Amino acid sequence: MEFETVIGLEVHVELLTKSKVFCSCSTEFGGEVNTHCCPVCLGMPGVLPVLNKKAVEYAIKAALALNCEIPEFSKFDRKNYFYPDLPKAYQISQYDLPLGRNGYIEIEVGGKTKRIGINRIHLEEDAGKLVHEEGKPYSLVDLNRTGVPLIEIVSEPDIRTPEEAWLYLNKLKTILQYIEVSDCKMEEGSLRCDTNISIRPKGSDKFGTKVELKNLGSFRAVRRSLEYEEKRQREVLASGGVVVQETRRWDEARGITIPLRSKEEAHDYRYFPDPDLVPVVIDREWVERVKAELPELPDARKKRYMEEYGLPNYDAGVITASKALADFFEKCVSAYHDPKTVSNWVMSEMLGILNETGKEVEDIPFTPEQFVKMLKMIDDGTISGKIAKEVFRDMFDTGKDPEAIVKEKGLTQISDEGELEKIARKVIEANPKSVEDYKKGKEKALGFLVGQVMKETRGKANPQLVNKILKELLS
Amino acid sequence: MKINIETVEHVANLARLYLSEEEKAEMANTLSSILDYMDKLNELDTTDVPPTAHIIPLKNVFREDVVKESLPREEVLKNAPEKERGFFKVPRIIED
Repeated sequence: MEFETVIGLEVHVELLTKSKVFCSCSTEFGGEVNTHCCPVCLGMPGVLPVLNKKAVEYAIKAALALNCEIPEFSKFDRKNYFYPDLPKAYQISQYDLPLGRNGYIEIEVGGKTKRIGINRIHLEEDAGKLVHEEGKPYSLVDLNRTGVPLIEIVSEPDIRTPEEAWLYLNKLKTILQYIEVSDCKMEEGSLRCDTNISIRPKGSDKFGTKVELKNLGSFRAVRRSLEYEEKRQREVLASGGVVVQETRRWDEARGITIPLRSKEEAHDYRYFPDPDLVPVVIDREWVERVKAELPELPDARKKRYMEEYGLPNYDAGVITASKALADFFEKCVSAYHDPKTVSNWVMSEMLGILNETGKEVEDIPFTPEQFVKMLKMIDDGTISGKIAKEVFRDMFDTGKDPEAIVKEKGLTQISDEGELEKIARKVIEANPKSVEDYKKGKEKALGFLVGQVMKETRGKANPQLVNKILKELLS
Repeated sequence: MKINIETVEHVANLARLYLSEEEKAEMANTLSSILDYMDKLNELDTTDVPPTAHIIPLKNVFREDVVKESLPREEVLKNAPEKERGFFKVPRIIED
């Protein structure tokens, strides 16, 4: 029987507000333990939460960027459960009237555009952080994160492969970073993802039994765990078995999923409207204002790069996947005539060195203007393309001006014919065999001689000039 | 009787309440009578009445996104039966 995989994703994203969603404590990451807390987020009796307007605005912004409808009427509910990271014993969330509904994200799979539906986006508060130390009979609780605004983005079960899940996550992250509502740092927990996956006979309109996956620390872990789980469930079904509905934990080190102690009782959160918070009515004027403030989104930008700058689909996709990178690229292009040259440098050297050093685009110590200066130095023959790569690395390490680096290190291209001729004569004298070969008609021998001159000058000779001089001397 | 002992036990467990057998029986009774009353309310035709999300006729009560001072940590931890290095200390939570 042919099987089909069905995947749904639930993504939690912390919003970039300065203060928490229902109180005025700071949302800053990495503060001293339990120092961003007040009676409201500690869940003391008798306190009154008051909604942060910016958090609502960011949620609306995200909902619009993800093509959602924004209902006029929205409210907050209490989701009740006991856990030490939740001091009130309920989380303020949204149940039946979320801020956004029926959106979608478009991904590119195998050269085709596929639309992944978004069921809902709602606003809620984050819980605190639990620390479990190895071998200790207790856990520790830090409530700094309690009350940081979160949006939960729930996809429709439209995803069919682990690759699509990965593409969806990347696109979602890119969009949220473009609209600057979250920094989406998985390592700091500002973006978290849970998945569910089931298998069904192809063509069936009923869903198979779904398994939820947890402990996904990176997009790669999301993809690998889904790949593992897809294979496992298919094998179970193929051998006539039944998939058990359960939550499984991804073990990154072993590359497998392990069943968690399955809690027999289904979650019973007893949602009810939070009497402390009055409803939110979002008039259309507000929606229009937020819509008008939306920046150009990644898909639109990519399209423009292809049309306006003539970049290939691939280049445009890679560059616009990061807003910071696209911003850098665009500043360069506004000061330089050839976008493709800029794109080549950005895609190879710049992404290369960022990858190598584990740094972010934001960490690049030089400006687009300095970078363009370097490109122009290649064009006017001051430095060769090869030396430019060396200069580029230096700029990355030191943030210095390309001119200063070239001057300090004496990297200026030698274009003085007299000087080059002297070196060429020396090389000719030292390599009689190659000279003879060349005279016999072996064109390759000339390349060797040019290489020798480059070596003598440590790469600084202008190769076109060397070529010309050698030819003249040998004719 | 709408609520049986099992349901009482389930709800009590969710609320972390520990009830004696007598109390369970009493709760089953009391909760059932509340639901009976709800049934009475259900007799009313509310087809054209929008659900009430909130009883106070207010909407959009917001605060601006401004950080104010939090509590000093000693205050935060003051009610904690146990603490360690600035954390609340709780019985070990098995990651589930």
